[in-house]
Amino acid sequence: MAYLSTDKVEHHFHDVVIVGSGGAGMRCALQLADAGHRVAVVTKVLPTRSHTVAAQGGINASLGNVASDHWHWHMYDTVKGSDYLGDQDAIEYMCRAAPLLVRELEHQGVPFSRLDDGRIYQRPFGGQSREFGEGGQASRTCAAADRTGHAILHSLYQQNLRAGTHFYQEFFALDLITGDDGCQGLMAWDIARGEYHLFQAKAVILATGGAGRVFRVTTNAHICTGDGGALTLAAGLPMEDMEFFQFHPTGIADVGPLITEGVRGEGGYLINANGERFMERYAPTAKDLASRDVVSRAIAQEIREGRGCGPKKDHVLLKLDHLGEELIMSKLPNIHELALRFADVDCTKDPVPVQPTVHYTMGGIPTNRFGEVVYSKGRNKEVVFPGLYAIGEAACVSVHGANRLGGNSLLEIVVFGRACGNQVMKHLREHRYHAQLDVDCWQRGAERVERWLSSARDRREGPSIADVRLRMQTIMQEHFGVYRTEELMAEGVARLESLAGEMDRAVISDGCGLFNTELVEALELENLMALARVTAAGALARRESRGAHARDDYPERDDERWMRHTLATLDSEGVKLGYKPVRTSPMTVESFPPKKRVY
Amino acid sequence: MSEMIRLSIFRFDPERDDKPFMQSYEVPVTKRGMKLLDALNYIKWELDGTLTYRRSCGEGVCGSDGLNINGVNGLACITPVTGLKQPVHVRPLPGMHVIRDLVVDMDHFFDQYRQIQPWMQTDTPTPEHERLQSPEERALLDGQYECILCACCTTSCPSWWWNGDRFLGPAVLLQANRWIVDSRDEATGRRLDQLEDAFRLYRCHQIMNCMEACPKELNPTAAIDSIKRKLLARKS
Repeated sequence: MAYLSTDKVEHHFHDVVIVGSGGAGMRCALQLADAGHRVAVVTKVLPTRSHTVAAQGGINASLGNVASDHWHWHMYDTVKGSDYLGDQDAIEYMCRAAPLLVRELEHQGVPFSRLDDGRIYQRPFGGQSREFGEGGQASRTCAAADRTGHAILHSLYQQNLRAGTHFYQEFFALDLITGDDGCQGLMAWDIARGEYHLFQAKAVILATGGAGRVFRVTTNAHICTGDGGALTLAAGLPMEDMEFFQFHPTGIADVGPLITEGVRGEGGYLINANGERFMERYAPTAKDLASRDVVSRAIAQEIREGRGCGPKKDHVLLKLDHLGEELIMSKLPNIHELALRFADVDCTKDPVPVQPTVHYTMGGIPTNRFGEVVYSKGRNKEVVFPGLYAIGEAACVSVHGANRLGGNSLLEIVVFGRACGNQVMKHLREHRYHAQLDVDCWQRGAERVERWLSSARDRREGPSIADVRLRMQTIMQEHFGVYRTEELMAEGVARLESLAGEMDRAVISDGCGLFNTELVEALELENLMALARVTAAGALARRESRGAHARDDYPERDDERWMRHTLATLDSEGVKLGYKPVRTSPMTVESFPPKKRVY
Repeated sequence: MSEMIRLSIFRFDPERDDKPFMQSYEVPVTKRGMKLLDALNYIKWELDGTLTYRRSCGEGVCGSDGLNINGVNGLACITPVTGLKQPVHVRPLPGMHVIRDLVVDMDHFFDQYRQIQPWMQTDTPTPEHERLQSPEERALLDGQYECILCACCTTSCPSWWWNGDRFLGPAVLLQANRWIVDSRDEATGRRLDQLEDAFRLYRCHQIMNCMEACPKELNPTAAIDSIKRKLLARKS
């Protein structure tokens, strides 16, 4: 009895397969490997190239090292920041776990910056308050200078080297193997050698990060193509709240690289063409440290009203020279380097040109707070899909709701990486053996690759993937920006659906089996296209303004009709939308009811 | 007609080519401050989809795109293309096994990284709160922990070219030093024992190519000197 109907696929058996080697995947791998399980991390890059490395400002935890703080205040800020779309059980879990997890990172070697008394340095960040918004600004963001993501990713990689995690590096995930009893494994492509691998596992965890590359200008790495989300859609499962993409207020104008919110946390501020500190008008209390969606809309408004800077009046300026060279070089050295390299500005002397830039995918693969992937079936809106898990930016727990607070993303990856690891261990106790696979289960994944390689080997004519990708990114950029309208988005959806139809004819020119990066880009484009379509459809349908989804034609939040999560599925007939309620009941404390958001 | 940049790029497809060759391309300057990675992307997306290289973050923090650019190692994503002498000669990192075009095999490099056990090692019980570290002690890590493991320094080191099988090379030794100087780590003695070897450490002859090559402006030579001094000090 054969396991598979081919000998061209190498068959691996692991307890757990984790797709993605960012902070979430590696924190989860560490939890499982330290418990003695056979863990495979399948990643399309070398682990230290994952996008967690680019996170700058820090990680939130109510340590209270600088000023008194409490996890409950952190929870309040996060619920408010999410514009009441966040699930409050998950938010409570995350905020309560934060101090433990951050100290654990410190014990694992993360080189946090320090206060004079030797404890972890914390800086103020946007949307943070004490005493439920009444006690002024909090200092909750633990930082390793402005390289916190780099420090955390490298420490987690080092810990996984110690724990003996198996890394399958530069392997591209092609297809989830699913059956009646859930997820059983993953088909993957070894990029360097051009070979197929089937990873059979009792649990598969998607930790593939965000999908910022559906837009043309983004702070995201080239690799942020939402691969896990596309695998989920292909398995017939939904994506949640994809219309919520965060625009970070301070991407370097035109080019994208991020300038951390930590700059404003340390005392930097934004000015318009008149030299006016305009955030005072939009957020009288928090000013430049209002929530990111608020600041991004304010900048967009200043530009719309003609007070933008530069010859095209298309950006504003971030001033930080008054902080002094010493503070900048000790607390923000990476910002100094980036501004110099990408804006040709010495930020110790001159302000940095910035504009709102796509930064973070609040939506993702729907999960409960244990990282289990859930879907709707009849009246039950959260049925667990056995054996499949999602964590980090790829997932939608949802702790960020309609808008993420700065410093909560690094927190999310470690908190839910660990929580998911613990849940998987329970699953493993009940599932001792690998499932019997369909002998042809490898075919759907392999067809994805063969279709592209044959387009090159047969020298077929058709649109290039670079061309299709640029057009997709341009549509998303122009029709689904900071401010949205019915007319603009309807046109965007139509253009996008028509473009998606061209994917069948698209071709690549590289037919080589070894390290074929054009093939990888083609597979990534398939993933991006699927996510762009559910993003666009979800955005058009949501007739309200909430968090990062701001509409000129529906400027108010509509809790009556829209305090609910979007669930989008994709099949041959197109995108189908459904909805599920927000989990407004926390684990132990009282719910925070929606109220008007003022900063 | 916009300004054009001429490039000469190392090509090698092991399925098709007997030996490597240099291929010429011309790329327009598409924006102010254009980087070499933008030029490579332009070639891949507009001219020749088969050109093969690694890239990820595009802003100099992930370490994917270390290349040999006009004879000097650096990151494509932060190297401005306009200041370079033309044609710009782009080659894979030297002394490495080429998989295809500009992509090299990084396995040995990361294996050497693993050899120094680059994780925090402590014997004392883990405290309830953070392990305390003064700002002065923490400052010792500056210039050490920022390494992005791009291998630009290691592959510029002639000693590593000759003895790369046993000499750990500047990047890995910089990371060894990062743990030796970390006040929280309690394995300093074991770490020094492991390094005290004619090849692993002492093949460094202070050629200093590494500090010239480092795109993050770190100084592996100084770190190696610091290790050597610590070894000397514990003998006396």
